[in-house]
Amino acid sequence: MENEIKLASGAMVALGVATAALVVMPYLEVRDVKPPPQLKPYTSAELRGREVYIANGCVYCHSQQPRDRNLGPDQARGWGRASVPGDYYYDKPHLLGSMRTGPDLFNIGARQPSKDWHLGHLYQPRAYVPDSIMPSYPYLFTVKDAKEAQAEGEQAVTLPAGYGPNYGQVLVATPEALDLVKYLQSLNHTYPVLPAAPQP
Amino acid sequence: MDSAILSLLGAFLLSIIGLFVFIWSLRKGLLIENPAAASVIFARGEIGRVDDPALTDAGQQSLQDAAAPGDHRAPPGDAAELRDRIESDRSTAFPVFMFVAFACFWLIVGSLAGLTSSIKLHAPDWLTQQAWLTFGRIRTVHLTAVLYGWITNAALAMIVWLLPRLLRTRLHGAVWTMLGGALINTGIAAGIGAISAGWSDGMEYLEIPWQIAVFILVGFVFVILPVLFTLVNRKVEHLYVSVWYMVAALLWIALLFLVGKLPGVHTGVQQATTNWWYGHNVLGLWFTPVSVGAIYYFLPKIIGRPVRSYNLSILGFWTLAFFYGQVGGHHLIGGPVPGWLTTLSIVQSLMMVIPVIAFSINMGGTLQGRMHLALYSPTLRFMMFGGLMYFASSVQGSLEALRSVNQVAHFTHFTVAHAHLGAYAFVSMVLFGAIYFMMPRVLNWEWPYPRLISLHFWLAVAGISIYFVGLTIGGWLQGVAMLDAARPFMESVTVTLPWLKWRSVGGGLMVLGHLVFVGHFLAMALRFGPTRTGAALFAHNNELELAYGK
Repeated sequence: MENEIKLASGAMVALGVATAALVVMPYLEVRDVKPPPQLKPYTSAELRGREVYIANGCVYCHSQQPRDRNLGPDQARGWGRASVPGDYYYDKPHLLGSMRTGPDLFNIGARQPSKDWHLGHLYQPRAYVPDSIMPSYPYLFTVKDAKEAQAEGEQAVTLPAGYGPNYGQVLVATPEALDLVKYLQSLNHTYPVLPAAPQP
Repeated sequence: MDSAILSLLGAFLLSIIGLFVFIWSLRKGLLIENPAAASVIFARGEIGRVDDPALTDAGQQSLQDAAAPGDHRAPPGDAAELRDRIESDRSTAFPVFMFVAFACFWLIVGSLAGLTSSIKLHAPDWLTQQAWLTFGRIRTVHLTAVLYGWITNAALAMIVWLLPRLLRTRLHGAVWTMLGGALINTGIAAGIGAISAGWSDGMEYLEIPWQIAVFILVGFVFVILPVLFTLVNRKVEHLYVSVWYMVAALLWIALLFLVGKLPGVHTGVQQATTNWWYGHNVLGLWFTPVSVGAIYYFLPKIIGRPVRSYNLSILGFWTLAFFYGQVGGHHLIGGPVPGWLTTLSIVQSLMMVIPVIAFSINMGGTLQGRMHLALYSPTLRFMMFGGLMYFASSVQGSLEALRSVNQVAHFTHFTVAHAHLGAYAFVSMVLFGAIYFMMPRVLNWEWPYPRLISLHFWLAVAGISIYFVGLTIGGWLQGVAMLDAARPFMESVTVTLPWLKWRSVGGGLMVLGHLVFVGHFLAMALRFGPTRTGAALFAHNNELELAYGK
């Protein structure tokens, strides 16, 4: 083995094969996928919320890819049917995730549509799920004087008893938190999809 | 045509091709051992002489005695070739020191961030007031700092230091290498800042925003060009196997990074496959070949004996090159991706057993009868531990790709434990060993407190063992709980809690080890500690050549 040309070209061929298999082939295969008719594009608020989801690294604990019944009880847990490529038509970047430290969120909007629940849960997850190890996100909220908030027309977040701020104060969600919740509510892929066409 | 016929046809074609390759290799004489190529790392007459610059003079002597009892005066090796080596080392000293210093800095940043995120998983209300400290960000800071900051910088230091030695020439264009290093580290620092501020491209391993990634990519080009220039201006005929691994790895990582970060091309599910093509290839085609190449150099060099089979190492190289690139799809088993893709990745994951076994047999053979030298040389201990863990993590990885195992391990902390077995127990340990070996040559100064090297070794080993065992158990229990529809999801969380705490304990020991390591490095760079002349020290320039052979 004494030839640097052999080395470079061999290394490139090896990488080329891998790239063809894992990048180019999927590209060609998925290129023509159409979005399911009931899947709506994200609104601009939802897209902003998606950015908040990315910025705070939600994807490191929450997947967005329910698996088929024979691979796990995802459907039995209420996470929804197995996802198909079309479901991700508007997703950029993809947020499939690789961890389930928390539950799958592909259908969280259908499972938990309540805005109040989401806001309160982001502020203090343990107010709703006692053993949860999800971080709390106090920096997505501001504590305000109750009267001041009322004068400004701000809506206070309702929290379970004992978790709210001091007497005379209310918790107000920042625009980031409101957008994030809009995004979470939009995660609803419960519409039916046709199974993949059988290979000819 | 149904799949059974297709797979039979595939197997038939493969075996025919295999037969031809075999005949071709016989004709080319590739099955005849090639001791000359394996001995390139030694100067003429140097075989049999141990070499561990991290040891004191007395330590070096007892290592030599242990290697060849009774033979007290191994020859010093050809003076002209030793001079060439000193020339190589001189030409690389500046860039190598820069890369190692950056690596040490990021190691501390990254491991503190890692420990913080580990604690946060069992103390979720700790440090929640600042956005940059939230788990999702500090965890990503950890990943970016250790993968790009620590491992990549240390790997570049090793490549830049080793290649001129192996090619018997000086590093051509060292200034460009340093410019490249500065650009890469600018990119890493900016990337970590961006992630902390919430600006991220959102894909695992590819979080650094592409606008910042441009710096890193250009930096890599500036590192690669001098390496290629040095390669074509070499003064040896045989390219030692480490050269193969390291040059190929450099080309691979630059292209991987380029394709992975191309903005506006990847979308939806295809982006997910690209993401994992990149994610696994960073480990498989960058960290692994660099570290394997390092073991192929340092281990034989320390014990003073060429690798057992040079051809086996070349077999390992090509099988790694062809199989490893395609394993990334196993991260998406059960996901919304084409079935053939995950199947291909599972098959290639299992094929990875071939290069791993080739490596292990080779190293076992090389070390045969000299295992006990690890008692004398902490540097060798780092290398041997790393090599052993390469075997362990690769075999575990192959098994983990099997659908039945993956079903449980997927989406759990089991995978995190596996990742640390590879990136820490294997790659980082090899890098530690390499830095202990290189720095005395780079700085012309001894490690001031050799005992700290042993302390670092044991802290790292204890830390990663606790980390790995704890998290593996916790992750498996988590996976089993998650697969049982009768158990509520929260059970899969609570069952991991004690193990997550053990992870923090292990991580704490690892951080402690890093503080020892970086403190020792600083002491050496700033010339603290006792001034000793010994095995590693050859500051008096007139005596340089002699000191090398001493």
